[in-house]
Amino acid sequence: MRGLAVIYVQQFKVTMASFIQYRAALVIWLIGHVLEPLIYLVVWSTVTRSTGGSVGGFTAADFAAYFIVLMIVNHMTYTWIMYEYEYRVRQGTLSPDLLRPVHPIHSDIADNLTSKMITLPGMLAIAVSLGFIFRPVLHPVPWALAAFVPVVLLAFLVRFFVEWTLALAAFWTIRTSALNQMYYMAMLFFSGQIAPLELLPHPLRAIAFVLPFRWTIGFPTELLIGRLTPAQALTGVGMQLAWLAVGLLLMRVVWRAGLKAYTAVGA
Amino acid sequence: MRFLRLLFVFWRVGILGELSYRSNFFFHLLESVLELGTALAGLAVVFSYTSTLAGWRPDEIVALVGIYFLVSGAIRMVIQPSMERLIEGVHEGTLDFTLTKPADAQLLVSIQRVEIWNITDIALGAGVLTVALVRLGANVEVREAAAFAAALVAGGIIVYSFWLMLATLAFWFVRVENMLQIFSSMYEAGRWPVSFYPRWLRFMLTFLIPVAFATTVPAQALAGRLTWQTLAGAFALAAGLAVVSRVFWRIGVRRYSSASS
Repeated sequence: MRGLAVIYVQQFKVTMASFIQYRAALVIWLIGHVLEPLIYLVVWSTVTRSTGGSVGGFTAADFAAYFIVLMIVNHMTYTWIMYEYEYRVRQGTLSPDLLRPVHPIHSDIADNLTSKMITLPGMLAIAVSLGFIFRPVLHPVPWALAAFVPVVLLAFLVRFFVEWTLALAAFWTIRTSALNQMYYMAMLFFSGQIAPLELLPHPLRAIAFVLPFRWTIGFPTELLIGRLTPAQALTGVGMQLAWLAVGLLLMRVVWRAGLKAYTAVGA
Repeated sequence: MRFLRLLFVFWRVGILGELSYRSNFFFHLLESVLELGTALAGLAVVFSYTSTLAGWRPDEIVALVGIYFLVSGAIRMVIQPSMERLIEGVHEGTLDFTLTKPADAQLLVSIQRVEIWNITDIALGAGVLTVALVRLGANVEVREAAAFAAALVAGGIIVYSFWLMLATLAFWFVRVENMLQIFSSMYEAGRWPVSFYPRWLRFMLTFLIPVAFATTVPAQALAGRLTWQTLAGAFALAAGLAVVSRVFWRIGVRRYSSASS
């Protein structure tokens, strides 16, 4: 355990140093993370204006709360590992990582957390300024606020394990961009990023219930803005735990199989 | 004529190069279809709650999505790869070879790389646009079609000049790839009419990063909602930016000292 803590602290320093080198890359991610929810916030506000005030129980202020919180949740849980693994495998930079005495996922988690510690204050500042522009109305419930912390942590872990496992597809094919695209498009739709899932037609909502996306983005968002009953929240946590178990299991199986397929190109 | 011949030669080389990776075509197609499918599905959800959106009818927004894919396909096929190559050339000093060729250097750098498989976006965009136009049917007359074509040309010139200016910054700052990335991510906003956005964002999307002229203005032309003032404004901006970017490029080239020497 202490060994791991040292590794996390060390990775924190490395990431900090490389952040100072590559600030621009983080800013670009930030723009994407702000723009996407902002676009749909604007679109749905326009819809409420066209229909005279409310859409499926959402007013313009509800949409503002939903998409601003979603922006933060998405930012807290995102990973860029799927873009990075293909490069690691193709260039063989994975090889030295394999020689280290710890599982390489630890340095990835530490790297991810560090860069979020750097960007999150900026994100919160943006959220506050968007709040002044779009006037969101939240209905915070104390138990939901308390539950949000573990829920968003679970959401982060689920997303991390699922995306880390998918990233391992790079062991078998270097054409991961089509796979990534498929994943992101499904996520856009079934996580609630295009519209709150309540507004989707029924069959799609059923699909969203089974897939992991809702539990990593839409669910924490709905919880925080106070749209869930305690029973719904418990169901959500149950689904998160189920996906966490599936993600962990898949990660181990795929990682073992992937290592056998890895031929260390370039090394 | 010489321009067309050069264009043809570069494209042929580009196509020949990419023909060795034929399966890429299917992967590009898959990615384009997925992106388009998600965009249209999003529209379907929105329009299941309302029949018009701030005065825009569903088919007009579908036409806008078609234009968005068409323009972004063109950017990704020619402009973006060529400009990335230009930045690389400044960085590594390989721009020397371009500058010594007996043709206009701005032209050469602008068409030097063609990633032909992005043509899937152009084809799908054109297809969606056509379907939307057929469904809009009688509402689009010759006048509107002409205004659309004109707006699209102006938008294309504006986008190209803007990219050229961004890439030209490489002569001063060398590493400017990230700025190109910022344009690409802001371009997303062009999938919807810019009139939806709050005023500060609309201003940004019109003048700071000219997304509005590439997508919204042509779509307005199709919907018969384009005033001649806007069209004239688009052309004035296109002409202005074309000249400014040309001058800027010349100043930049004069600063170029070649990395290898």
